[in-house]
Amino acid sequence: MANFAKSNAPRFSVDVYQNEFLPEGAREVNAIVTVTSTGGGTTGGLPLPATDAGHGGAGADAAVVIMVDCSGSMDYPPTKMRNAREATAAAIDTLRDGVRFAVVAGTHKAREIYPGDGSLAVAGGTTRWEAKDALRGLSANGGTAIGTWLTLADRLLGSADVAIRHGILLTDGRNEHESPAELRAALDACAGHFTCDARGVGTDWEVKEVTGVASALLGTADIVADPGGLAGDFTQMMENAMGKEVADVALRLWTPQGTRIKYVKQVAPTVENLTERRTEAGPRAGDYPTGSWGDESRDYHVCVEVPAAEIGQEMLAARVSLVLPAPEGGTPQTLSQGLVRAVWTDDMVATTSLNPQVAHYTGQAELAQVIQTGLDLRKTGDEAGATAKLGRAVQLASASGNTDTAKLLSKVVDVVDAATGTVRLKAKVAEADEMTLETRSTKTVRVKR
Amino acid sequence: MSPSASQPTEPDFTLPPAAGEPAAPPQPADAGTVPPAAEAGVPPAGAGSVPPIGAGPVPSVDGAGAPQAVGAGVPPGQDAGVPMPPAQGPAPSGPDPRAVSDDPARRTGAAHGVAGGPEPFGPTCVACGTGTIDDDGYCEHCGHKQPRDRDHMESALATVAAASDRGLRHHRNEDFYALAETTTGEGAPVTIAVVCDGVSSATRPDEASAAAAEAASAALRTALPQGRHVQQAMHDALVVAAEAVNELAADTPVDPAKNAPACTVVGALNCAGILTVGWIGDSRAYWVPDDPGAGAARLTEDDSWAAQMVAAGLMSEAEAYADPRAHAITGWLGADAYELDPHTASFQPESTGVVVVCTDGLWNYAESADEMAAALPPDAGTHPLHTARHLVGYALDGGGHDNVTVAVLPVPAPPAPSFAPPQGARQA
Repeated sequence: MANFAKSNAPRFSVDVYQNEFLPEGAREVNAIVTVTSTGGGTTGGLPLPATDAGHGGAGADAAVVIMVDCSGSMDYPPTKMRNAREATAAAIDTLRDGVRFAVVAGTHKAREIYPGDGSLAVAGGTTRWEAKDALRGLSANGGTAIGTWLTLADRLLGSADVAIRHGILLTDGRNEHESPAELRAALDACAGHFTCDARGVGTDWEVKEVTGVASALLGTADIVADPGGLAGDFTQMMENAMGKEVADVALRLWTPQGTRIKYVKQVAPTVENLTERRTEAGPRAGDYPTGSWGDESRDYHVCVEVPAAEIGQEMLAARVSLVLPAPEGGTPQTLSQGLVRAVWTDDMVATTSLNPQVAHYTGQAELAQVIQTGLDLRKTGDEAGATAKLGRAVQLASASGNTDTAKLLSKVVDVVDAATGTVRLKAKVAEADEMTLETRSTKTVRVKR
Repeated sequence: MSPSASQPTEPDFTLPPAAGEPAAPPQPADAGTVPPAAEAGVPPAGAGSVPPIGAGPVPSVDGAGAPQAVGAGVPPGQDAGVPMPPAQGPAPSGPDPRAVSDDPARRTGAAHGVAGGPEPFGPTCVACGTGTIDDDGYCEHCGHKQPRDRDHMESALATVAAASDRGLRHHRNEDFYALAETTTGEGAPVTIAVVCDGVSSATRPDEASAAAAEAASAALRTALPQGRHVQQAMHDALVVAAEAVNELAADTPVDPAKNAPACTVVGALNCAGILTVGWIGDSRAYWVPDDPGAGAARLTEDDSWAAQMVAAGLMSEAEAYADPRAHAITGWLGADAYELDPHTASFQPESTGVVVVCTDGLWNYAESADEMAAALPPDAGTHPLHTARHLVGYALDGGGHDNVTVAVLPVPAPPAPSFAPPQGARQA
């Protein structure tokens, strides 16, 4: 779909999907909010129609720090360190000219590899070459304290006056050399400062640690079981980062007096519960962070409890808007907005019909949940419980057309009948398969059209 | 006495035009011929010498003041001398801005029990009284949807009045009406009332009913002064109304789950004592004579499943209307209508009385002609607006399950006011 009239400034649109009709006495309003940003960094391969020097002035207005695990385990097998080096080099090659960047080696402490003077380099021919040369200095030796890597990245990224700040983090082991509380504190300190994608290489790392980093810092998490796949993955992550055009976009919900927000979840491309991440933004309004945006579309599930009302009444249950904070604390810019409504009626046909989007994403959220619970039960030896949960997961994945997840499930269970969710736990499951399923359990598919 | 159409009248008949069949079969718009069924009742050119009825100042429609209709309460202080502020059209396009600003206040009293008059600017919420209203019509404090102009509408001309209400169970008013006064080519006064009911299962039913009512009224206002025969003009107006609804479909995004915009239509006009009705769908017109003994009559025959069952002799009326399918309509205006089959008929009442033109939101509570007659206040012929409000109130008291719209035309038309009308005879 070619669009030659793309502007550099992204445009946001908000679409609300819901069944606003409630029966008498009903108090819960559900809506799927689809946010689409177009006109951002990516151009579908076309040259940017930029008039100023260099392409995409705003596109270069970014900084990226790559954090590479250099703990002792990275030497086993030795190809892992080499693959990590090559992947980092590939990522550096993907940097757009003018983007600030740095490379950090992570062990039980964080060390600047390039440029090494407490600042960020500006991507260009020379700095790319220097950075790749410096990667030879990466060697596997020491422990793992991810919080320290993030803290250093935060300091480096904070030194540049740029719009987009992003991190790429690679680990191969458990976060053994600091307490979970220390990692938590580091994540809390970094949240809102920069976004971060996290990757686990091999199978000796902890899924919840890697997904926790990505979740807190609004990035993606994934497994790269085979170190040979790192370079491709890093290139893609960096391309993605280069496509980001606007940072710190917040989903703002205004709800009237007497209502309560039950939850706010991102439901596509992955499930991410944002309910607890609200910051107040004026009377009865709150902001939920969504990170940075390129050309993309995401879906959110908003669930609001409203006061009971009589048949024939109508109210606004929530006003949903996308806001961009003003630079110096000025009035935030509203990018787009939509309405979530509640209309009470005695029309049974209207009140009993499920909105396809709401139904779909309710299923996708349950899918993520039953996979995680099922795998946890399996680890604790509760085979009956695990079978029930993973069976339900197979059923949901199959019914909703989430074929990727269905495929991952089939490596952990033998599917007897997907429609009814009848499965048997596999006696032997490759660790990589189980970790892949767990890491990707929150990936959703969009509604079938 | 009953209306005398082309056939003999019977005291207890419920469907005068029953045979009266579509008196004007679909025919080329310019035919201009008098349909046979109407010949008896329709004099060539009416009482030519009657001057145009003044349209301007609203006559004393209702000296008694206190409106009885539940949902039709006029704000305090307004009922005294001015029975009807809003001018001709119920539409937001109505020329009188008061028609717009008054409505929320009425609704306030009716639906939410909150006292207080309308506030001209920066109104606060009718539900919580605290918040101001945002651009989308919701309270900025409690989120309550504010009443729309269409939730309750009233209008009166010298010779006709109408009232419309959202009802108690629907969240918006998808009915609409249009009133007008004009003259024939020979100068005989004509009073026009058109009532439409949007089909809820279709998209934009509220816009469909408004488009149809206004188009039909406009078509009659244009055709009659040009000398078009009334029944033919009515037939043509229904076709024009259908086209107006069809045009809505053209700019409506296709939603496979919804039908194209659609509505019913019923029009009634009084031309020098000759009544002409036209309809498509299940909105109705009734004749209710002032003399209770004279026998009321329904002037229209529904395009509905129940009516078809009865007409075909397959079910009794009681059986048919008890069926869940009773109200499924078999004729409507809209792009997906099977075929347009406008029905028209003319009558010449032998006595004085009123024509009640209404949607099923009213007749569901007064189905037979006798029930409708019983629902009317005794002074219906002299107080049409009061009567329209009263009937809306009657439906709301009955449960208000649907939008309610009713127009009341006294026959003969009340005399023109003695003072000079300040504006033209034509009303929107």
